[in-house]
Amino acid sequence: MTTVIDVQGVSKQFKIHHERNQSLKERLLHPRTGTTEVFHALKNINFTVGQGEALGIVGHNGSGKSTLLKTICGVLKPTAGEIRLRGSLAALLELGAGFQTELSGRDNVYLYGSMLGFSRKMVDGIFDDIVAFSEIEHFIDTQVKFYSSGMYVRLAFAVAVNVDPDILVVDEVLAVGDERFQAKCVDRIQNFKDEGRTILLVTHNADQVRALCDRAIVLDSGDMIADGPTQESLRIFREHLMEDAIEHDSARLQETINIDSVSTPSGSFEIKSGAALHLDVTVSSQTAYSGNFVMELFTRGGLLVSRSDAQGSPVNLLPGHNVISIDLAQIPLLDGVYDLNVGIVDHRGHTVIAWSEQAASIQVTYDGREGGIVELGASIRQQ
Amino acid sequence: MSDAPAAGPRHHSLDNTPVRVVSARLNLPTRLKNLFSRRELLVGLISSDIRIKYKNSALGLFWSMLSPAFTLAVYFLVFAEFLKNGIPNFVIYLFSGLVVWNMFQNSINAATGVIVDRAGLVKKVSFPREILALSNVGAAAIYFVIQLGILVVFVAALGHAPAWRFIVILPISFASLYLLTSALAVVLSAVNVYLRDMKHLMEVLLQLWFWMTPVVYSYENSIAPHLHAHGLNALYFLNPVTLIVLTMQRVFYVSTVVHSTVTGALLNILPTWSFGMFLYLNLLLFVLTILLFLIAETIFGRLEGNFESEL
Repeated sequence: MTTVIDVQGVSKQFKIHHERNQSLKERLLHPRTGTTEVFHALKNINFTVGQGEALGIVGHNGSGKSTLLKTICGVLKPTAGEIRLRGSLAALLELGAGFQTELSGRDNVYLYGSMLGFSRKMVDGIFDDIVAFSEIEHFIDTQVKFYSSGMYVRLAFAVAVNVDPDILVVDEVLAVGDERFQAKCVDRIQNFKDEGRTILLVTHNADQVRALCDRAIVLDSGDMIADGPTQESLRIFREHLMEDAIEHDSARLQETINIDSVSTPSGSFEIKSGAALHLDVTVSSQTAYSGNFVMELFTRGGLLVSRSDAQGSPVNLLPGHNVISIDLAQIPLLDGVYDLNVGIVDHRGHTVIAWSEQAASIQVTYDGREGGIVELGASIRQQ
Repeated sequence: MSDAPAAGPRHHSLDNTPVRVVSARLNLPTRLKNLFSRRELLVGLISSDIRIKYKNSALGLFWSMLSPAFTLAVYFLVFAEFLKNGIPNFVIYLFSGLVVWNMFQNSINAATGVIVDRAGLVKKVSFPREILALSNVGAAAIYFVIQLGILVVFVAALGHAPAWRFIVILPISFASLYLLTSALAVVLSAVNVYLRDMKHLMEVLLQLWFWMTPVVYSYENSIAPHLHAHGLNALYFLNPVTLIVLTMQRVFYVSTVVHSTVTGALLNILPTWSFGMFLYLNLLLFVLTILLFLIAETIFGRLEGNFESEL
């Protein structure tokens, strides 16, 4: 596979001025006042992305993921190291930043296109596609300053995804426009992936990464702490979030509560579609704790099938071993392996107390005619 | 390539696509190559710059001529009519110098603040940042060409023949003017990010610079004798704009020595250099401005790495 993005030993430091004195007078009169602190946003990051890969970059706020993305796009210069890129790149970050509000939508499409590095001739060829995608045909010759904010980002998004980039960089911008347009955007990105283009997706939304990426890297305060298959990286990300939570929780509850195992009465996780399933989750605790219980079920492809919790009735853990039962009245899933995540969170759902990723894998067998992941029991007949 | 999905129109491998490098310091050839590869953006920015400037004004592009015309009229009235400097055809002398000066001043004034003004763009979109400053110079060059056209028509209308032989030097002069202005614009736009006073300082310095350039007065007539007495002639020519202005005046005003319209006495207006001397000096300046531009690019490269912590 051709390497299209090669990040070699990239570090980025920001100078943070505590006393800004940018006037000549201030600098001459008080050359030493104000302190400058160096903030390490990225520390020696190394990875490569091959052509056609979809890579997710996850990390919580301030972990450096946006800095990394901006560096790859060339908006920021790395303090050390270098990034080698092959092919054209379009970035969906800060959509519409290059727009000149005084100019018409038409002029801006060309200007924005050339900012992304695409020629006028090339934009000519896809102009109609861009306008059609953005759904603002009637306003394309109106000055952009009269656009609504939705029209504004839609146009920018349309330019970025229609200019035929080899690499598409997406930074949590999938919240563009209304739900229908969002679906269109996700569709478009999925298409890009199917066409064998390279995608870089930055988000803290694990579901999006699962849905779009085969591989993910995890950043934590500037360090890359994981690089591997999406599931594996997300597990590390979750565990890491928990470690962080431990550091911040004076009660240090997390260290004392553990999810030991998940079992079924029969000991087997193979069931027939439509059957009921009873699961026992063993939780060992050293203290008494009252919180909420969460379970998630994913397909192997990373699609969230269902997430549910104890619905307001808390689980009360006692010191020692506790068993929490999950009763699934019937599982309307089709053939496949489904991964179960279980965890205990605090009442408000803000802090994860204990978490077990892929605590069990449920094998469902189905012999009906439906396809997909869920059996709807549809009956189709002519009236 | 076996594991890359082959569906869709994009089967082509990127194996042979050139590699772009993002790193802390790009060497000068790479910087220039990047700059050249984005020339379409430069054209786009220049055209949007010009269109936005006069977008909502009734007279539009006409303003770009009206304002210099007014300046020309004022200087003509003050120096030729009120102060009676006695230079015949003074309006042509003045016009040829002002065209050059307008290009220089407008570029520098616009470009010095441009990176700070467009901080939103600089922090969010990737392109060689000096293109912003260069687009200001480019827009000023468009106005320069318009004004030059008017000057030519004006001179022709007055029936005043230019110095035909010297015209071949003009392209060299214009190239020097463009490069010199670009070099200064690029450096100042970067320095202004760190020292915001630069913008205001330049407004003041440009006024001083204007009076150090023989636009509204004649160098030979008023300053040369004094400098010559101290052997400081060369000092005046450290100002690179001077040579460009003198070349323009030599081409359009033509006469080096004239009779004063007031006293009838002989006035030295322009240096009596030969064609060869003008050519030699202009070629020298051209080489110098190329160097200046390369130095400016290098300085810009050093300064741009920290833009985001300052903007």
